[in-house]
This record gives sequence, structure tokens and C-alpha cells, in this order.
Amino acid sequence: MTTTAAPTTGERTARKNHPGAAPRKRRSGRLRRIGLPYLLLFPAILLELLVHLVPMVIGIVVSFKELTQFYIRDWGTAPWAGFDNYALSVDFDAPVGEALLRSFLTTCLFTVLSVGLCWMLGVAAAIFMQESFRGRGFLRTIFLVPYALPVYAAVITWSFMFQRDNGLVNHVLHDQLGLTGSPPFWLIGDNSFVALLVVSVWKGWPFAFLIIMAGLQNIPKDVYEAAALDGAGIWQQVRRITLPALRPVNQVLVLVLFLWTFNDFNTPFVLFGKAAPEAADLISIHIYQSSFQTWNFGTGSAMSVLLLLFLLVVTGAYLWFTSRGRKATDA
Amino acid sequence: MRRSRAAAVGALTLSLALTMAACGGGSSGTEGSNEQPKTLTYWASNQGANLEVDKKVLQPELDKFEKETGIEVKLEVVPWADLLNRILTATTSGQGPDVLNIGNTWSASLQSSGALLPWDAKNFEAIGGKDRFVRSALGSTGVQGQDPAAVPLYSMAYALYYNKKMFADAGIEKPPATWEELAETGRKLSEDGKWGLGAEGSNLSNNIHQVFVLAKQHGADFFTPEGKADFTSDGAVAAVKQYVDLMAKDKIIAPGNAEYAQNQSLSDFAKDKTAMVLWQTASATFKTQGMNEDEWGVAPAPVQSGEPGQGTATNSMVAGINMAVFKNTKNIDGAKKFVKFMTSDEEQIILNKAYGSIPPVKAAQQDPAFDTPSLTVLRETLATSAAALPQVPEESQFETVVGTAVKELFADAAAGRPVTTESVRDKLEKAQQQMPKK
Repeated sequence: MTTTAAPTTGERTARKNHPGAAPRKRRSGRLRRIGLPYLLLFPAILLELLVHLVPMVIGIVVSFKELTQFYIRDWGTAPWAGFDNYALSVDFDAPVGEALLRSFLTTCLFTVLSVGLCWMLGVAAAIFMQESFRGRGFLRTIFLVPYALPVYAAVITWSFMFQRDNGLVNHVLHDQLGLTGSPPFWLIGDNSFVALLVVSVWKGWPFAFLIIMAGLQNIPKDVYEAAALDGAGIWQQVRRITLPALRPVNQVLVLVLFLWTFNDFNTPFVLFGKAAPEAADLISIHIYQSSFQTWNFGTGSAMSVLLLLFLLVVTGAYLWFTSRGRKATDA
Repeated sequence: MRRSRAAAVGALTLSLALTMAACGGGSSGTEGSNEQPKTLTYWASNQGANLEVDKKVLQPELDKFEKETGIEVKLEVVPWADLLNRILTATTSGQGPDVLNIGNTWSASLQSSGALLPWDAKNFEAIGGKDRFVRSALGSTGVQGQDPAAVPLYSMAYALYYNKKMFADAGIEKPPATWEELAETGRKLSEDGKWGLGAEGSNLSNNIHQVFVLAKQHGADFFTPEGKADFTSDGAVAAVKQYVDLMAKDKIIAPGNAEYAQNQSLSDFAKDKTAMVLWQTASATFKTQGMNEDEWGVAPAPVQSGEPGQGTATNSMVAGINMAVFKNTKNIDGAKKFVKFMTSDEEQIILNKAYGSIPPVKAAQQDPAFDTPSLTVLRETLATSAAALPQVPEESQFETVVGTAVKELFADAAAGRPVTTESVRDKLEKAQQQMPKK
């Protein structure tokens, strides 16, 4: 043992005493200091490039191409289309543009309703669950089930329940409660919008609940106690303390819910299949159909880019407004 | 600021690199290689009641092939709903199987992508020549005048399946032969929660198959001879209206069928809720639904009631599965050997028997297994009165947009909204304008 250890120590001392060693070590130290963060970030940057930027750039390039099945084997050779794909997408008098606009408006309405309902349910449940009572833990778990279930399995179950002749929904509404004259359709026709909204809210509100519940933990209890002493009722407490204190949480929550809902593809796709009913033709499905079902990849990409621009503008405006508002209140 | 400039430079470099890579990755016309002569990947379409059934049917045959040639075939059974997208992805990335099944109606669409090996005279010679195959099956292997993109594997045709018990209960002696008779028979059967005819209103392909046949009977096609979309001709409009009217006007299809897309109409048939279905090779499904062979009958699908000048007597599309080879296969000789094996007389009998379909190979058709009353109807239909769907590159888009139009019309009919010639023409007009420009 000692015999092997001794030379090592000797070597180390020798190296340390070497005249050229000190500056080199300093240099490598500086390099490490400056380079290390980049080195550590490198895998993340690389993945970010691969997962997000590369497809995005390809998508933008493709949106300027006339890419149909004749060129998919080698899309680089597809002829350039200039702004034709964009012109086609925004020509609201022609069927393609008209359908896109209708789908866009449907999605806007759907998003506002879905996010609004998710948020309201989430806030209500979180406030209700703040007080501890028997069975609170159990209820909390139940509330989070939709969030924990795999989307596909959950939505396909809903699609069974919404079937007109054998589904549970009509069994309850029509057979048991007798609320409808004849059993309504949920998966085709105008009601499909309602069906989609129900599933979307069912799936989305537990997330709002979870986030708001976490936000509520940060509000000191004594604020409420003081307010109660001053004679504030429960509703006033919610309006004057809870909601203002939740503001930063809500700001992020609403933005995230908005983006998720606006881009939701899984729910309508699993619920309705490849061809969604007109009333529930969300924009993501619409773009999918425009590119993958009619093999018109250029037009589909142009629509995607337009959607991206829209979401960027809305998100930017939202962040600008909300942060300005916050600065004003802070001041 | 500096960061965003760096990002912009990065994105620009990246896009340039990609463009260059894309331009450089050109497709040479080469027909595969033999770098990996010992293995093949095979994407089989889902033919049986489920994916497991397919594996059980196919694996023993693949083992047999491996014993004969020493080539191992890796099997993947792909569900119908995914197959076309999977093929598209494989085409784009170049990472696909060596051999695959395609729906025969997609032949021309996939042919136009240039990803499939063309079956020229030399390649056909390697599998025993074109003359071994039935003519109608060869009619849906690609655009006419070009080398076929695929080889027929299983053939099917539409026929009218009827529930013998329900017919007997209603005192009906023979299946209808014309659409008028069908409506009349259907009305007699549609009462007490039972219905005359089943449909799959939300299944786009099925919608297409039905309205295509009706259009042929009205003397119309959905494409001009030059291959341009022509969805709004009087014949096409009449055909779509006639089909949807079976629900809207004749009321012999249950409104609930408007949302069917998973073969629910076949379950209704097996449960004595629906008396008739227009289907291709349904016997295997009826069997899995617990029906005996003698509980249902098969008749040729109806035709128009013989008014002069009204189209031909087409009463089915040429349905079936083709087998294709990806051009960039690394085992071109093995792939051809495998196609030869699967289309050999012996394998054709085994496979088509297992799936209840008809061999597109003439010699195999002679086997007594295909002489049952139901299969004889299908065989006769294929031989004499079936027409291939338009063999144009835009066929798959046509299935989507017109199939969706029919689905929406069914939704209208189910909701009790009127289906008129104008509303049909309007939907078809919109469908046509969604087709890619040529």
C-alpha cells in the first residue's frame, strides 16, 4: 500500500512545483468558470433545438412550398409557392379560408368557455377545500383523478358515454330523467360542441384546482382573521383578499390553460376521429386534416405558422398588460 | 439583445443547413439494394377481427417462408386507422418497412409519391407474370398506363347481406335486387326499433365506397377522364342524395347510424336489430359476433331499376388489399421473393380462406373453399360488375373530403334537417374546393 501511495504523492508534489503548471491551472480554472454554465446548458440547448426549433424552421420553410404527395418523399424538391399557401388560408370567401376562419372562431369561443369554467371550478373547489373537514383528503384525491388519467383512455371512455343509442349520457338524460323528447346526438351535429366542452372542462379544471390550492397556501391566515375582526364576510374576504393575493398565480394559470386549450388536439381527435363535426372543428384538428388528410402539407404549414403568430401576439399582449397592471398596483 | 441576435443567426444557419441537406438528399431512381439479404420487415394491414388474429394467421406462413429461403420476416400488423399515416411518415423519412400492405384504393395516391417499387414486366415476371391475376384486381394497382405500384393480395367485393330470420318474420321471401325494392323491403322491416338497412355514416371510406357505386349507376364518376375532380356533376349529386335519402327520406336506416364508424352496424345485424347491410366480406365478422353461417344470406348489391341509359350495372367497387415494396428496401431480391411467396397459389388459398376474402390469383380461385354460396356471389361480382375506384393520385384526398361531406349530410338527416339536391351540391362543391390545386 505505502509503496504505491508514495510515488503518487511525490508526483503530485512534483507537478505542483513545476514552473509552468500554475498559469495553466489558472487558465483552465477561468475557462471552467465561464464555460461551465454553457457546458451544463449544452444538452438542454441541443434538445431544445432538436425538439422545437428544427421542426419549427422546417414548418416555416414548408409553408412556402407546394408540398403534396408528389414531393413528400423528398420535400426539398417541392416547388416554391411564395405566399400562395398563406393567400389560400386567409381568403375567407373561398371554402378553405372560410373553413379556417370558422374553425378559428369556434376555437376562440371554445377556449374562452373552457378556460373560464375550468378557472371558476378550480377557484371554487380550492376555496372550499381550504377549511379542513372530514374526508377532505379523499375528495382532493378524487378531484385530481381526471388530471392523473391518461388522456386517451379518459376521452375514449367519454366517447362511449356520449354515444346516442348505447351511451350513458343519453341513458341518464333521456331514459331516466326524461329531459329530452328523443335521445340527442352528442358526437355529430351541433351538440358536439357541448360534448367537447364538457370533456375539456372535466380534464382541465383539476389543474386549475391544484395550482390555486398551492397559491392559497401562501396567503397568511392572520390577514383573514384581521378582516373578519373588521367585519368582512366570506364573500368580501374572497373578493378583497383571496383573489388579489392569487393574482400572480392566476396570471400564469390562465395563460397556460389558454395555450393548452387553444392547441388541444387529443381531446377532439379521440372524441370525434379524423373528421370532427363542423360545430366542434377545433383549429388543431382542422390543420391536421388540411395537411395530413388531404395531403396538402404546404397549406397546413401555412395555417400552423398563422396560428403560431396569433398565439405569440396574444401571449405577448397578455403578458404586457398583466405585468403593467401589476407594476401599477405595486407602485 | 445580444442573445436574440445569436438565436437569429443560429436559426438562419440551421435553416440553411436543412435546406442544403434537403436538396442534397435527392431521390435517385435506384430500385433498392441487397445489403441486408437475411431480413425483411413487413407491415400487414389489419384483416382479422383484431391484431392478434392477424398474427396467428400470418406467423406460421412467415415461418414457412423463412424455412424455404432463410429470410426472417419481421411482422407488424398495423390498424387501418393508422396505416395510411404510417405509410406517409415512412415515405417522408425513408425509414419504412421493406414490404407492406396497402388498401388498393390508395394505389395511385401512393404511386405518385414515388416511394413504391414499380411492378414492370421484369418484376412481374419474377412472381409468375401478370396473367396469373384477375383483371379487375389488377385494375386497382395504380394509374392506367403506368407500371403498377402494387400487386393484388386479397380481393373483396360488396354484396347485400340479409338476416334470414328477420326476413322470415316480416314474410319477405327474397332479397331486393333494385334500390326501389330495397327501400320497399326496408320499410316493411323498419318498425318496433328494428331497421331495414345498416350504414356507417361516420366512416369516410365506407361512405365513399357506397356513393361511388351509386354514381357509377347514375353514369357519373368523381373524376374527369383527365383526372380532375368532378364532384358536382348531376350524377354524383344524385348518387350522394340517393344514399343519404335511405335515412332522410326512405327512413330505413336508423338515425343513430349517422355516428357509426366502428362496424357497429354489423353488431346490430348480428343482434337482429338491422335486417340488411351492404358490406364487403362480412362473414368472418358475423362469425365473431356469434352468428351461424345459415342465419344470413348474401345477394348481389342492388342496381337502379333498369331505366334506359342509366349507367352500367356496376354494383360494387373493387375492394381489396395490395402488396407493395418500398423502393429503398435493403433486400430487394428477398422482398420480391416474399411477394412471390404470398401470391403463390398455395398461400393465396390459405390466407384468403382465413380472412374470408377471394384470391385475386386465378388458379387459387378454383379451390373448392371459395365455392360457398356467399363467396360465389362476391366472386361473380368481382368478375362481372365491380369497378375500381378512380385510379388518380388524389384518390385518398377524395376519400377524405367527399367522405366527410357524406358524413355531414348524414348528421343533417339524423337531426331531421332537410337533405335537398341543393344542400348535397353545396357540400360537394365545398369538398371539391378543398382538393389541392393541380
